[in-house]
Amino acid sequence: MRLGKSLVASTALALIAASGAYAQSLTIATVNNGDMIRMQALSSEFTDATGIELEWVILEENILRQRVTQDIATSGGQFDIMTIGMYETPIWAERGWLVALDGLPDDYDKDDILPAMRAGLSFDGTMYAAPFYGESSMVMYRTDLMEAAGMDMPEEPTWDDIAAAAAAMTDRENNINGICLRGRAGWGENTAFITTVANSFGARWFDMDWNAQLDSPEWLEALTFYNDLLQSYGPPGAANNGFNENLTLFQQGRCGMWIDATVAASFVTNPNDSTVADSVGFALAPNKDGLDKRANWLWAWALAIPAGTQQEDAAMEFINWATSKAYLELVAEREGWANVPPGTRTSLYENPDYASIPFADMTLRSINAADPNNPTLEPVPYVGIQFVAIPEWAGIGTQAGQEFSAMVAGQQTPEQALARAQALVTDEMEAAGY
Amino acid sequence: MARSVTLQRKSFNTLIAWIIGLLLFFPILWTILTSFKTEAQAIADPPVWFFFDWTLENYRVVQERSNYSRFLWNSIIIAGGSTILGMIIAIPAAWSMAFVPSNRTKDILLWMLSTKMLPAVGVLYPIYLIFIQLGLLDTRIGLTIVLMLINLPIMVWMLYTYFKEIPGEILEAARMDGAGLKEEILYVLTPMAIPGIASTVLLNIILAWNEAFWTLNLTAARAAPLTAFIASYSSPEGLFYAKLSAASTMAIAPILILGWFSQKQLVRGLTFGAVK
Repeated sequence: MRLGKSLVASTALALIAASGAYAQSLTIATVNNGDMIRMQALSSEFTDATGIELEWVILEENILRQRVTQDIATSGGQFDIMTIGMYETPIWAERGWLVALDGLPDDYDKDDILPAMRAGLSFDGTMYAAPFYGESSMVMYRTDLMEAAGMDMPEEPTWDDIAAAAAAMTDRENNINGICLRGRAGWGENTAFITTVANSFGARWFDMDWNAQLDSPEWLEALTFYNDLLQSYGPPGAANNGFNENLTLFQQGRCGMWIDATVAASFVTNPNDSTVADSVGFALAPNKDGLDKRANWLWAWALAIPAGTQQEDAAMEFINWATSKAYLELVAEREGWANVPPGTRTSLYENPDYASIPFADMTLRSINAADPNNPTLEPVPYVGIQFVAIPEWAGIGTQAGQEFSAMVAGQQTPEQALARAQALVTDEMEAAGY
Repeated sequence: MARSVTLQRKSFNTLIAWIIGLLLFFPILWTILTSFKTEAQAIADPPVWFFFDWTLENYRVVQERSNYSRFLWNSIIIAGGSTILGMIIAIPAAWSMAFVPSNRTKDILLWMLSTKMLPAVGVLYPIYLIFIQLGLLDTRIGLTIVLMLINLPIMVWMLYTYFKEIPGEILEAARMDGAGLKEEILYVLTPMAIPGIASTVLLNIILAWNEAFWTLNLTAARAAPLTAFIASYSSPEGLFYAKLSAASTMAIAPILILGWFSQKQLVRGLTFGAVK
């Protein structure tokens, strides 16, 4: 009896030890969006080809950001691959927290990655994260409402065109708002959008000596314009609207226009969810008449390897698979070209099958119009278009966003919002030693 | 003498109770309803209530995408384990505080409660670093210990309150009949305190089941419980309310059923000693 028990115990122990020794497994932290979920579903192909098992940790964007930051800063070693954005990549690379992606094979064809994406995910000329999907922002508008108003939307509109179109399409009786824009506070929410508006009006967050510039006339002009648009033609309660709220409003036919991420194009043209799917047009993000800077941003969700992982080679192999040309073809074959993750590779946009998708061309033009190294008219000491790639940004961007949101809610004027934002940004930057 | 209650007043009270009950239950009801809608119906304005094409599509998608049983199993182990471990420590602690108090007992009780006043995020990094050192990150045992520790003050306080209600004379009588400490706790104190112990256990299972700070921060793939399962369905870009509702319904169903069946014990335990 006793012998039997010890035999069972030792067999169990041996099995546990064996499973630990032989099955190689990568833990991947990622966000919940359509492209990532599709990758998770297709990843059995990778496991079949390489024998490497994958464990997925899918988290909400803000929780993910906090989790991976805390893990990488403490060398927790919980993740072998992390999904990070353009904001984190240069900051973390500078601190030595990420593995340089030098080990990718030749047929990966780094030169095929869109130049704007490669620039935003590199530090000192070396790529530290591989883009899984990329986006810019653009104008989405209702072609039927524009037609009814007897107007045409230019492919490259100015802010004056946008204001005129918003006025023409607003129909309060039928619950149609001329324009929907982000108003909810957050560095990745309203501050991101307002920063692009400010860039297009010639404003900037900091001068070359890191002095806050929110007291400049350009900032006041930009913020006043944004506020007037929302107050006159925006939906009620706009101060609480983020991406998903505006998406909902647009899909229900409540917005004449919406300026937001290019990735929204596939949602608003999807007839299963959108009541206006067949009457959506696209245009480049606007500029101010006479100024050569458009209000479009640049963002990518990218895969990176935290320094200190025990499985660098396997992680590199996965990144090579997930961001390769072959992966794009695999998605196209299984789910159609409209579902291929957009905005990463030049070859995708040269493919005639993909180019025939209604929003493909405007997405590419929007991405190409964005330059993270020269985001403003006047020179700045930072990288990033709708954000400033410094560690303090998440804090100051969110606090300033709260002031902007309070303005949209009618609690303060643009002058007051900017004065408060200027004061708090100056304090934070001084405290951080700039 | 019992106060006579008119029928009118009784119906009024019942009505108020129903309104409050429905208000409290409404978010759960809405979550459950939304889980049977399509994404488009979930965001429809004006909202659709009961008359829509009910669909199980969200449950199918959630089942397909996530390994629900693994998250559920982790939740059961962590919530159950932390409660059992906590009770092993809390029952003797509360016994000694209730029946053999010292001059400092009140201070100790207050000090224990004061640990609950610290925001959890304040100790996140120290605990994270300790977990790295001890190899406890993303393990069920690590989470069990942490959840036990954060709920321990509540367990001790609840049990202390119940034990205080038990007349010391009964224990004295047992001692005079020759009962030792073990017999006293096992055969005299425990049976009398069963409602209190049961409600403490139930409340702590619920607290541990719903705990969403430590369970999200200290786990990754292996030990993640149902809170992480819910968190994986929130999306920054794209509609997710219907699928999130399906995931939430699946996550709260076990604890809702447990609460439903044990509501008598819970209410009895929570109001124990309220009327003297």
